[in-house]
Amino acid sequence: MSNNVVICLFASSGYDRVGQGIAGAARVLAGQLGGALNAVIVGAPDEAMVSAVAAVADTVTFLDQPELADYQPELYLAALQQACKQLDPAAVLLGSDTASLELTARLAARLGGTPMSDGTALTVTEGAIRVTRSAYGGKAEAVFELKKSPAVVWLRARGFEPAEPTGGAASVERTIVELPELVPTRITDRHVEETEGISLEEAQVVVGGGRGIGGAGAFGQLKQLAEVMNAAVGASRAACDEGWVPPSAQIGQTGKKIAPELYLAIAISGAAQHVLGISDAKAVCAINNDPDAQIFRHSHFGIVEDYRKVIPPLIERLRDLTS
Amino acid sequence: MRILVCMKQILDPDVPARDFRIDGRRNEAERASANLVANIFCENALETALQLRDASGGSVTALSFGTEEAEDVLRKALAMTADEAALVIRSDGPAPDALTVAKVLAAAARKLCDFDVVMVGRESGDWGVGQTGGLLAEELGLPMVALVDGAELADGGLTLRRQTGYGFDVVEAQAPVLVTITNCEGNVPRIPKTRDVMKAHRKPLTTWSVDELGVAADGKIAEVVELTVPEKHVTCEFVEGDSLDEKVDAFARRIADVMGALG
Repeated sequence: MSNNVVICLFASSGYDRVGQGIAGAARVLAGQLGGALNAVIVGAPDEAMVSAVAAVADTVTFLDQPELADYQPELYLAALQQACKQLDPAAVLLGSDTASLELTARLAARLGGTPMSDGTALTVTEGAIRVTRSAYGGKAEAVFELKKSPAVVWLRARGFEPAEPTGGAASVERTIVELPELVPTRITDRHVEETEGISLEEAQVVVGGGRGIGGAGAFGQLKQLAEVMNAAVGASRAACDEGWVPPSAQIGQTGKKIAPELYLAIAISGAAQHVLGISDAKAVCAINNDPDAQIFRHSHFGIVEDYRKVIPPLIERLRDLTS
Repeated sequence: MRILVCMKQILDPDVPARDFRIDGRRNEAERASANLVANIFCENALETALQLRDASGGSVTALSFGTEEAEDVLRKALAMTADEAALVIRSDGPAPDALTVAKVLAAAARKLCDFDVVMVGRESGDWGVGQTGGLLAEELGLPMVALVDGAELADGGLTLRRQTGYGFDVVEAQAPVLVTITNCEGNVPRIPKTRDVMKAHRKPLTTWSVDELGVAADGKIAEVVELTVPEKHVTCEFVEGDSLDEKVDAFARRIADVMGALG
């Protein structure tokens, strides 16, 4: 085993903020281990991506066979397994996209290592890699020591500082891997949900609604408010389970983890699982008719009122104040 | 379709944060007066399995690896109309790691029968590590599709709908396959009917010990070395006013301040 750290990137995502975060985490970890940073890109990356990754990594390997053009679980797993085996790393880092979530455990099993998920910090103690992550639905924080090498970890990548350029340019190599001809699963349709306006992950202001909103129609009011605030609209799991908003709008432990400058929680009780998704928000405020609602324990300011009475005058006032 | 659903019993995740304590010796949550419940994503998995069986025929087997108390989860699964259940009993010691759980579940699955579909929850409401499904797929040598929220029979296999960050994927899968299940509007667990609760006590529930399955314990792949409750120092300032308008005005001004700073 080497002391190197491999990062797994997907050409279809480009070198986005998630990729930058993975690379940043990997550079720090590689420094602690005394190893190099090897980037593996699956799919056919464009030149901009290759040069951006080559500026921060020590080596770049890309796997651009036509079968790997689009994500298919079994093919990408086979490809990453071979690429990682060749590099024989101490750690393999992935991001927080669907593919990374899907592949981490199986890749770890095939490399004889330990999988771990949703890492928010990585440290090395007496040669062993430790991963910090939340536990018990956000009520606790745990540090796991990974006993088998390599550590295969997907990270809450946006929370890590992007990697600094090395000043040099990494060697870039194209590798051919053996892929199975028949695969038992195939993604046949990728449905992209229309998001009106700004995405949850990119938005500086986010408005979230919970079970207390009471219906799909009432989310329309939140959208009007969001428009005035130049905000994206999200929801708690309860509101998604009711079918009022699509699952892709879910904020929380098993939904999106967001980091806006301001989060406005409306008719959200504030269960730990939801709060976990907003723990990186700079400021939190809430509208709730229950003064004892948990959400106020995480809010910098709040208003105790029925949201239905608050939203129409709030829209008017914000229009005046921000115009 | 013969469907296996793996289910985990956990400490009630809805225990409010103010009642949450850590057992420092065992590095896990204190049981205290909290209830043990079925992990919600396991119940979403069971619901998805039951709907698939009801639409296309076959059988649903619920399997758990837990303490004796985990029988409650399986009895409830039977009451939700699972056809049979099996429990691998472990002692009340520290929780086993994900690979041990996967090995035990794989050994039990092989003992039960050849399943066409194995369904597991995407993660548990306690540790939430979410790696058991993938490790189990590798133990059983099965392909895997993660974050599925709906399954229908298609020729020779299944058409799966899975959630993604951008919306959803449609995935065609040949059986046998393992899927991890996430929640959606369509798989909210059903409430058992009283008649089915009575019937559940007469349905077959097999139990094994870990030894009986012959699973070799070869050390943990991961260990919790620290568990803490993060300190939060947020004090909420409630806006005040004699009328609703005054309160809304104060609230709007606070919001506008933050937004103004964003430029």
